[in-house]
Amino acid sequence: MSTVIFISIIMTVVGASTPILLAALGELIVEKSGVLNLGVEGMMLVGAVSAVAVVSITGFGLLGVLAAMIAGAGASMIFACLTLTLTANQVATGLALTIFGVGLSSLMGESYVGTTVDILGPIFPSALSDHPWLRVVFGYSPLVYFSFVMTFAVAWFLKRSRVGLILRAVGENGQSAHSIGYSVIGIRYMAIAFGGAMAGAGGSFYSLVLTPMWAEQLTAGRGWIALALVVFAAWRPVRLLFGAYLFGVVMTLELHAKAAGFALVAPEFLAAMPYLATIVVLALISLRKSTGLQAPACLGQPFRPTA
Amino acid sequence: MLLKLEKRSQPSTPMLCLTPVIAVGVTMIVGGMIFTSMGYGGFSAVWSIFATPVIDIDKWQDLGIKAAPLILIATGLSIGFRANVWNIGAEGQYVIGALAGTGVALATWHMEGFWILPLMCLAGVLGGMLYAAIPAFLKTRLNVNEVLSSLMLTYAAIQLLYYLMRGPWKDPEGFNFPQSRLFNDSQILPEIGNTFIHLGVPLAFLVAIIAWFLMSRTMFGFEIRVVGAAPDAAQHSGFNRKRTVWMALLGAGGLAGFAGILEAAGPFGQMVPQFPTGYGFTAIIVAFLGRLHPIGIILAGIILAISYVGGEIAQTTIGLPNAATGVFQAMMLFFLLATDILVKYRLRFSHQPRSGAA
Repeated sequence: MSTVIFISIIMTVVGASTPILLAALGELIVEKSGVLNLGVEGMMLVGAVSAVAVVSITGFGLLGVLAAMIAGAGASMIFACLTLTLTANQVATGLALTIFGVGLSSLMGESYVGTTVDILGPIFPSALSDHPWLRVVFGYSPLVYFSFVMTFAVAWFLKRSRVGLILRAVGENGQSAHSIGYSVIGIRYMAIAFGGAMAGAGGSFYSLVLTPMWAEQLTAGRGWIALALVVFAAWRPVRLLFGAYLFGVVMTLELHAKAAGFALVAPEFLAAMPYLATIVVLALISLRKSTGLQAPACLGQPFRPTA
Repeated sequence: MLLKLEKRSQPSTPMLCLTPVIAVGVTMIVGGMIFTSMGYGGFSAVWSIFATPVIDIDKWQDLGIKAAPLILIATGLSIGFRANVWNIGAEGQYVIGALAGTGVALATWHMEGFWILPLMCLAGVLGGMLYAAIPAFLKTRLNVNEVLSSLMLTYAAIQLLYYLMRGPWKDPEGFNFPQSRLFNDSQILPEIGNTFIHLGVPLAFLVAIIAWFLMSRTMFGFEIRVVGAAPDAAQHSGFNRKRTVWMALLGAGGLAGFAGILEAAGPFGQMVPQFPTGYGFTAIIVAFLGRLHPIGIILAGIILAISYVGGEIAQTTIGLPNAATGVFQAMMLFFLLATDILVKYRLRFSHQPRSGAA
């Protein structure tokens, strides 16, 4: 009996953690290339609504995820174009992207509000995914396994691959990377597209797996939590995985406290918990002395090749 | 013939003023095309959003009422943005300001007197300042990014509002609806003449003009501008970065809180869970479209107010979804940021072929 509850708690934690992990992995690559994209929330929303639109037409969940990734990447290209080609302020443009994403997604989602779509269910056969305790390993949608694979892929990419090394060089010192012949702008374009695709995938997890339907502002600020998570993880992918699950636990506390009938605490306080916890965590990590040194040196600075 | 970008030695002032106009114009054209391709009457949508509220004199009062909170909040935000302090939690400070003022109103609901409204306004300003003090403290003491902390606090503020409306501050005679008592006559902002325009509207314009004076004529304004434009020079001239962060956040929070209580004691006349309507976020667009200049902000506030009022008209006349307004507003900011390059760079047509090209 208690095992059943325990397993269901673990599974809710995984559900709460996966979308922010996906979005944060994308943003981590973007920031490693020296760009700060505050539009994560907007890209997640655009992804979430695109996923619902495609699934309600085609009926294929994975096609929905693909659509979400394309939509997220597409939205990120507006940001890339403005900040890289036109050297606009990154903070302002990122905010604009979020405002735009909120508006565009609710406009696109008008006709889908309240219609449920087929859930993007577990990939393993039901003998495994419905098994009373094996489901804790096999009972998830493909996006969950994808998020794990991507965590290690991103870690490997940054640490071991040649392109990853170039990407880090571009983020640490754009001018030098440019002078030895790397295309700073080109690399940053690709990083931003990747960030958009991952944010889109994270958004699709809300609309295809967790709810599964479209509602306005479905992501409820989780995109911003993903941004905070990147800082929390000190720009390290594996630490990001732990961070995401830590946040997942905090967010799940709310659900389970409600279910357990915790009358002592107002439900509104529990709803505010993830946001307050984010602030507390951000404050705590600043006590770690070297945090400032871990951020990519060129983060947020525009780049324009001289000559 | 090639198009070349040449860095200007200093930002072009004519372009600084012209680009917001270009941005609004391009938004109308591109927005019209996008909405046509989505199956709405695109250009009639543009017409009802941007033109009908201006043509119809009956809507002018509405414009003033909608512009007032935007102008107040954006004026506060612009101080911070100039100093590179990115407070994006104005929505939360706006809600907390309104709640603080509502607290005074509820404590004095059986009283009357001319002193109640000023006291409510004071509480609103202080409430907003106090809420903005949290990200200021975190930024200056613990180096926590103010973008994230101020935004997270917005979500928390909205939950606090829900809690108070459903619980302690619920109107005991309100048939169990989650909303506060109606404010009494001493707690509602008076309307001017025989219009619907409440006293908060001229106050908002006045505050923007005072801010203009502060920013252009005082040491305070100078310090803010220097810290934003040349942090190193500011350091050498003894300007304190931390003090600037504090002033920017407290200023923005105070004005957002002021806007909040004016809105509660004006159009709403009570506190309701539907109070946060996104003015705090739209004000970011107003601040940029107004070029972070108080006079520009007044004009930009009116333009965004037009889009709100026009959006409502388009909703009833041609069935354009409410969300369309937000898309138009975001597009204005995009195009403004895109045309920013014209301020920083000069476009040159050059005839000589690129070196190395055959």
